[in-house]
Amino acid sequence: MSATRYSMPGPDTEMIDELLLEQVDDGSRVIDLGCGDGRLLDRLRSERGCRVLGIELGEAEVTAVIGRGLSVIRADLDQGLGDIPDDSFDTAVLSQTLQQVQRPTTVLREMLRVARRALVVVPNFGHWRIRLKVIQQGRAPVTDSLPYEWYDTPNLHVCSMHDIRDLVEQLGMKVVREIPIIGGRPAERAWWANLRADCAMYVLERANA
Amino acid sequence: MPCPGVGLLGPDRRLKLTGRRVVRVGGSVVEPMAIEVSTTGPPGDGLVGLVETSTLELFSPPESLTLAGGGRLGAVTVAYETYGTLSRERDNAIFVCHALSGDAHAAGHHHDAASQKPGWWDDFIGPGKGLDTNRYFVICANVLGGCQGTTGPGDVAPGSETPWGLEFPFITVDDIVTVHRALVEQLGIEQLLAVIGGSLGGMQVLEWAARFPDTIRSAIVLASGSKLSARGIAFNAIGRRAILADPSFHDGDFYSHDEVPSVGLALARMVAHVTYLSEASIEMKFGRRLQEGDRFAYDVARETEFQVESYLHHQGKQFVERFDANSYLYLTRAMDYFDLAASHGSLCEALGRSDARYLVVSYSTDWLFPTSQSREVVSAMVEAQRDVTMIEFESPYGHDAFLIEHAQLAGVVAPFLEQTLEAVRGRS
Repeated sequence: MSATRYSMPGPDTEMIDELLLEQVDDGSRVIDLGCGDGRLLDRLRSERGCRVLGIELGEAEVTAVIGRGLSVIRADLDQGLGDIPDDSFDTAVLSQTLQQVQRPTTVLREMLRVARRALVVVPNFGHWRIRLKVIQQGRAPVTDSLPYEWYDTPNLHVCSMHDIRDLVEQLGMKVVREIPIIGGRPAERAWWANLRADCAMYVLERANA
Repeated sequence: MPCPGVGLLGPDRRLKLTGRRVVRVGGSVVEPMAIEVSTTGPPGDGLVGLVETSTLELFSPPESLTLAGGGRLGAVTVAYETYGTLSRERDNAIFVCHALSGDAHAAGHHHDAASQKPGWWDDFIGPGKGLDTNRYFVICANVLGGCQGTTGPGDVAPGSETPWGLEFPFITVDDIVTVHRALVEQLGIEQLLAVIGGSLGGMQVLEWAARFPDTIRSAIVLASGSKLSARGIAFNAIGRRAILADPSFHDGDFYSHDEVPSVGLALARMVAHVTYLSEASIEMKFGRRLQEGDRFAYDVARETEFQVESYLHHQGKQFVERFDANSYLYLTRAMDYFDLAASHGSLCEALGRSDARYLVVSYSTDWLFPTSQSREVVSAMVEAQRDVTMIEFESPYGHDAFLIEHAQLAGVVAPFLEQTLEAVRGRS
């Protein structure tokens, strides 16, 4: 098992958590993949009355989740969610993690196997600042929202909002909502989102659902 | 941990054990025992102190215990120990299910003698430890069919003058749990905060959740599974064969021959012991090192050429001194037979009955109960929409890790119990 930690709290964490909370039905069953210390799970339980389960790789994080009195399974997302039976949840959440797993397609498929709806938040590498950095400097970009050197980054994959759309369609999934996050605020149907968004939240469902 | 001499502790830190022994337990309501076990002295010193093993008689005539295998036992003596103090609300009791070769003596010391070994889980049970006796009331009892005080094949059969031997009825994990539950009830505890156990003890925990779902608030399963693998049965078979083939076994009636099948029982223990170690731990502990000097003796019959040989022989010999060969046969069979899904329809059905919070722990190098077996159980718990937490720990110690890696285990068990107790008290 690698020492990778999936959960990376960022500056927009709080706002993204709010956005995620809004997408979840009261009292529904939610699984959070890469749940970190269980921050979001705790709010889902107390504010929305959800039945929650976290998946997390880091031992310290798992202990923190247990300390909140929440359920958690220590597992590596790259190994799939074999323990979780089909359709055992209403919603699966994957926040700021898709770009860090080895096989994003496997993880997305697994999400819509165990839950009927997936909430995915992904950083947008199509942001104009990142593009500018690449053009100006001719180097792998380091920005405020992507503060990692290329050789020491948890982000294994670089993708933009367009790329995510392509992948989701290719996997036969339906984008129910796409919410770009621009300047720390959700901005659904924003113009030039792929140039302006730091990240985006996708609500996905099975195409045949 | 060094064995603490009680003399060092001073009289004020000795254990006070009071309890009315209720001998007969019928179907009628029996006044629960008054239990008051108090450890005085500064909290967090980590020592349970002096303890003693108590006994109770359950299922006395006219009652009897009907066994899952069809047999019947009238009157069962149970040996048990308790640590910590039962709260007024009786909501802080934890029952510890021991593994194959364990006993009721889980923590503390029986004598003042510094040479005396502490209970088998002394590093995990005590003030400030994984099972914190400053907060919880911990109970551990010897299993039915065992040989450390609870009724087993080495005891004299009723109406007879000789021990049961192979006349002892067949027992299963179900029966073991039935007796544990009866003991807990007799101690005046309606609902346990937790039932915890590793290996065969973990099987008892799972069975408990399925059979007595409303009597537990949480269930902690360590290095275990819903059934023993074919490989596990294979190793048990070798151990039993070694005992049965020993000329001193006398069809289980070695008691009247004044000898014990020590070769067979030691061999059984040696084989089993290998299954408790991992490749890493055995290499780490012994490697290919020789017991004496650094040259081969060129003697094929030499018992202890390599250190690992010497170690296994030592384990075998020690085991013979404390364990009954018939108990070994009965308990390994109980382990082989255990199949939670088969006896309750499915795992989902078995584990979905209880509202208990589940905590499942496995170890990366355990090949007797590999993590896949824990995952199977967890999968059923998720399917049954139970509250389940699972963690696989990295450890080099194989199956034995749950008896060795105390700090690691305490790191998850302590907050889990704390949250469970908080939920219990918040609800009422």
